[in-house]
Amino acid sequence: MNLGKLQEKLFAAARAHPPSERVPYAFEKRILARLAARPVEDARSQWGAALWRGAAACVAVTVLLSVWSFSGFDRHRSGANLSQDLEHTLLASADEVDNNW
Amino acid sequence: MQPTDAELITAVLKGDTASFEPLIAKYSPRVFATARRHARRESEVEDIVQEVWAKAFQKLGSFRGEAPFEHWLMRLAVRTCFDFLRAHQRNRELSFSELSEPESDWLDHFVADPDRSDENATAARQLVERILAQLSPPARLVITLQEIEGRSVKEIAELTGWSVTLVKVRAFRARAEMRKCLQKLARDKYW
Repeated sequence: MNLGKLQEKLFAAARAHPPSERVPYAFEKRILARLAARPVEDARSQWGAALWRGAAACVAVTVLLSVWSFSGFDRHRSGANLSQDLEHTLLASADEVDNNW
Repeated sequence: MQPTDAELITAVLKGDTASFEPLIAKYSPRVFATARRHARRESEVEDIVQEVWAKAFQKLGSFRGEAPFEHWLMRLAVRTCFDFLRAHQRNRELSFSELSEPESDWLDHFVADPDRSDENATAARQLVERILAQLSPPARLVITLQEIEGRSVKEIAELTGWSVTLVKVRAFRARAEMRKCLQKLARDKYW
């Protein structure tokens, strides 16, 4: 079978019969009624909704991190307490400088 | 005197929703024709067109008026059709052994005498629909726009929002997919 020719014939068949442009009765009225029934969303309410979604995500991350830090996950490598660890971390670069001198 | 598209759009943007109605009435025939290229069932076609108009209403503020409203709307229509094709990907591994009798007869006539087979036959149209339904959504869209509607690569890029290079790549892949599909058709029917 000549597939190239078959393809051309089929495309020609599709080209020869463009789809109908028929529009159902009173279609524009229906669309307009739907649009009027839709809740109008202005930019401010969209921005507010986005902020609420962002806030929810932030709260979720905070809760997860809190649970992680207060659970016994990294107890084996922690120092005496959290404040000492923080102090060591912050002063690590200063200690480094002292040692080099 | 009839208000122009620009006047109607300005009125809609100012809150006069009723001014949208003449735009729907004027351009719906073209939107319906576009949707019918990509969906077969009339209920699906109506869903697509409704979606197009809902998006058009929602995004009307982004229409800058540099190009005619019709071009902007058709871009929206083509992209909505593409979304529809992607969302309704049916099982594309259908067998061509389930051809209808007229389709099968048309193919037999083509094999017997390719030059004399009637391309106006309903069976040929049904067959091309069947083959297009088996292509991937990008391939179907590119084949429809390029081979059936006769649009250029640049026009397709504008309509779909793809780059010219992407259209060329997708057109190349679409032709390969189409060839594979026709080979499968020949194999299922005659081997």
